[in-house]
Amino acid sequence: MNVNEVPQDPRNIKQGDTLKKVVYAVGQDGKYTGVNSAGWEAENFALKQAWDDIDETLAETEKKVRDGQWSPIPYFMQKNLMDVALLARYIGKWQWQVKRHFRPEVFKKLNTGTLDQYARIFNITRDELINFGKQAH
Amino acid sequence: MNDHPFIHLQHAHCESGVTSNLLRHEGIDISEPMAFGIGAGLFFGHLPLLKINGVPGTTYRIWPGAIFKRVAERLNVKIHAERFRDQGKAMQALDDVLATGKPVGILGSVFYLPYLPEAFRFHFNAHNLVAYGKQNNEYLISDPIMEGVTRIAPEDLVKCRFAKGAPEPKGFMYYVTGTSKDMNMAKAIEQGIKQTCFFMLAPPIPWFGNKAIFLLADRIKAYPKKLPPRKAALYLGNVIRMQEEIGTGGAGFRYLYAAFLQEAGQLLKRDDLLAYSAQLTKIGDDWRNFAYSAARIMKERTSDIVSYDELSELLKICGRQELELFQNMRKLAW
Repeated sequence: MNVNEVPQDPRNIKQGDTLKKVVYAVGQDGKYTGVNSAGWEAENFALKQAWDDIDETLAETEKKVRDGQWSPIPYFMQKNLMDVALLARYIGKWQWQVKRHFRPEVFKKLNTGTLDQYARIFNITRDELINFGKQAH
Repeated sequence: MNDHPFIHLQHAHCESGVTSNLLRHEGIDISEPMAFGIGAGLFFGHLPLLKINGVPGTTYRIWPGAIFKRVAERLNVKIHAERFRDQGKAMQALDDVLATGKPVGILGSVFYLPYLPEAFRFHFNAHNLVAYGKQNNEYLISDPIMEGVTRIAPEDLVKCRFAKGAPEPKGFMYYVTGTSKDMNMAKAIEQGIKQTCFFMLAPPIPWFGNKAIFLLADRIKAYPKKLPPRKAALYLGNVIRMQEEIGTGGAGFRYLYAAFLQEAGQLLKRDDLLAYSAQLTKIGDDWRNFAYSAARIMKERTSDIVSYDELSELLKICGRQELELFQNMRKLAW
């Protein structure tokens, strides 16, 4: 890739355009040099697709929480880009225990210690965790 | 000794960038490409069964931590590297070293770095950055992928250093403790190139090295038959991101390595290295061509078998050319 071919395609995804990364390209003198790039169509699309997938899944999960099928745990888990395995590592429990906490009737009975642990991992307050999905926006 | 201020330079890749910035602080003038090449950073791996967020893992670089360690070894630089079990001890150890004025390399997760745009904050636990001081209870940070220096609150840095998941950084930190006048650049370059040839050609298993490019090509060919379109697009998208996103320097580190071969060729006055550099630049262009075509297929959300076949073939072109390149480089006389 030559210096004048370094793509500068704006990356309009979640503040992604605030960082101009360095790529290596060949200058007119034939020498390699680092050049700042705003982004490239191909990678921008791949990045956007990954975020769209996350956002779509999150919207589906939010609906399930509001409908009372799931507790708020899976919503905040996905919001923090975690899966059950990773959340289980953070909370120091088995995956089946975390999955049990997805059930609203189990979630209701969780003690404040466990709730605080979850809230800390999700970087929210205990109230924000408990009340999520209760009131309509 | 080295009480001069830390100089931040932006680089393409975090670990080779940190290596370059830390060594430059000690008076060793080493560019990012040189650090990457001597540290034998180039690689390829595809692990269909190791799924990260439901997507098979693909890598274009060697495992984290290897580059800094190898560069230090090869240039006779003494380093201290340490992991911690206890978060408090890890932060105290960092503060103690910073108090002596020494910049410290830190391994951690990008998810917990608030100064990065949200777009890039995934649970990627192998990011490298430098802490070069502490002021008003904030750490002064030089993150090589950023244009300028920044700051981070201690509570965020703890989360970053003790992120969970694979691989766990466990508070890993490293710094230079001493340099030596006895530094043989030519020998270091030779060792780096030999090691990269070995890692690309030698692994007897299909998931690592040059063979893995063909493994991925075969998998991609089967995507339209085996996967629903949405999943196939996500799988392909991940390959493109590993290849082109921040930190790779373009074409999955191939341009960065070509830059190394060029610099090494100039330093050692070797035309053969310059020729290999030019060859790898062309191969890098082919990798970009592959990524571009993959993005087009994703956009169209097509399950058209012909286009996946073509994509698989584009990848095999890269694989065949790299095979030839590394087989020739392995025979280099030193």
